[in-house]
Amino acid sequence: MLVDVHAHFYHDRAPRADWRERNASRLAAGDMIGITAHVASILGSWGRTSPIYFPSPPDVTYGNDALLALQRTHPDRVRGYVCVNPNYTAHARAEIARCLAAGMIGIKLAASRRADDPLLDPVCALAREHHVPVLQHIWQHRRRDWPGQEASDVVELCTLARRHPEVAFILAHIGGGGDWLHSLHAVRDVPNVYVDLSGSGVDGGMLEGCVEAAGVSRLLWGTDLTMDTGWAKLRYLETVLNKDEMALVRWKNAVRIFPPGAFPAD
Amino acid sequence: MRVDVNAFLGAYPWRKVPGTSPEALLKALDRVEVDEAWVTHLPSLFWRDPTEGNQWLVETARRETRLKPVPVIHPGLAQWEQVLADAANAGAPAVRCDPLYLGLDATGDEMRVLAAACGAAKVPLMLAVRLEDGRQRHPNDAVPELPAAAVRALLRSDADVRLLVTHADRAFIEEVHFGSTPAEASRIWWDICWIWGPPEDHLATLLETVGMDRFVFGTGQPLRLPENSVAKLDLLDLPADRRAAIESTNVKQGLLA
Repeated sequence: MLVDVHAHFYHDRAPRADWRERNASRLAAGDMIGITAHVASILGSWGRTSPIYFPSPPDVTYGNDALLALQRTHPDRVRGYVCVNPNYTAHARAEIARCLAAGMIGIKLAASRRADDPLLDPVCALAREHHVPVLQHIWQHRRRDWPGQEASDVVELCTLARRHPEVAFILAHIGGGGDWLHSLHAVRDVPNVYVDLSGSGVDGGMLEGCVEAAGVSRLLWGTDLTMDTGWAKLRYLETVLNKDEMALVRWKNAVRIFPPGAFPAD
Repeated sequence: MRVDVNAFLGAYPWRKVPGTSPEALLKALDRVEVDEAWVTHLPSLFWRDPTEGNQWLVETARRETRLKPVPVIHPGLAQWEQVLADAANAGAPAVRCDPLYLGLDATGDEMRVLAAACGAAKVPLMLAVRLEDGRQRHPNDAVPELPAAAVRALLRSDADVRLLVTHADRAFIEEVHFGSTPAEASRIWWDICWIWGPPEDHLATLLETVGMDRFVFGTGQPLRLPENSVAKLDLLDLPADRRAAIESTNVKQGLLA
């Protein structure tokens, strides 16, 4: 079994004319790689009618609906994170309740609000109540603000995680740009933060650093926007970890933090 | 046969990188089934005289025949012509000059003269667009990325120069390719290490629009996992002859012809 904890899909209101091809490409590549479950999110309208990282409530709802439709079309392969913008607390809480009831299995927080902001607490309370993980978009060592997002640093995520010790948090895309070494130092002693290995970065030494900092029991395999890099990291890990350790990274850690029955054979 | 045209030996100054020795690189080649790797001495890219690493590189490659040396040339230093001649005599498949790492103007006179000399010597000139993702670089690592305009200028500066450009993404490649005449574009080869694969169609599109014959297999190892370039090709599911073109034929029958 192989769970991709960081996938994305597109929909007809996204700016990309090739959205169908990209969705199909992800599923086809997933078949080649052997992905059992794509745990995915859709970030609103992907920038078309509100910013990718600051999606409006209607765009959030449309994106979540599109993902629910994909989940219904591919019940064997697609699982969903409900994406919310925590600046709209009532809408966020309602979306979480609605989408988890409809079968989604996690919560996606992109970059609408810093991870240590109190506005995230109501979201995390629902994550705890429903036993679902929170996937938090992270800029690995944010040295300044970046346009288009209120990106969180891992230190802010760890602050949130310490406030909600019963919730599992997924540190998004350790290979997604930025200083991953800074992030790995920060997560070392925060047991409810899991490291998602996705991202376009395939730096030599990064995976060894992840194993050393978080241990194999807190690593989650994923792809994000580039599946070739995800496959490369999987192949490399197979040469340095034993079979039992690989099973943790491939799927067993995911089974532990997502709701019971989230995946076909768990 | 699989040839990695983009590999390094030696330590990187900005972070700890495992597997930088010749022995470790050879193990990595075995792991990803690479038959031959073109290697540059990585530390010397950062030295005031980068050619001081060339002798060690050539001697190492002489011992390990799967490694082919790609010596560094600094066209701002006296006697650089001899470095080029030595490289050719040592059987180097290419030489490299990353002007911005050397503090040179990427389109300046030194680079133009070097391009012409490489063209006359029939030795390909290798340049990297970048070595690391710009978002993660050390705060003091302020070397700019190679601009596409510089590559176009070098291509135009000499009718015989052949360029091998590594670590370029789709936008960079398209800008240079479609900003060049067909004759100019026929003298440049691109390694695939920085081009995105599925679910994006960057590599698949470039193979169709820019042409299968323009791409070669490169990894950037050990700074990057070499498994990545293999995975890109596996996901494309190419016919055997087209895959072989990228993995070796374009090097042997194109770049080195």
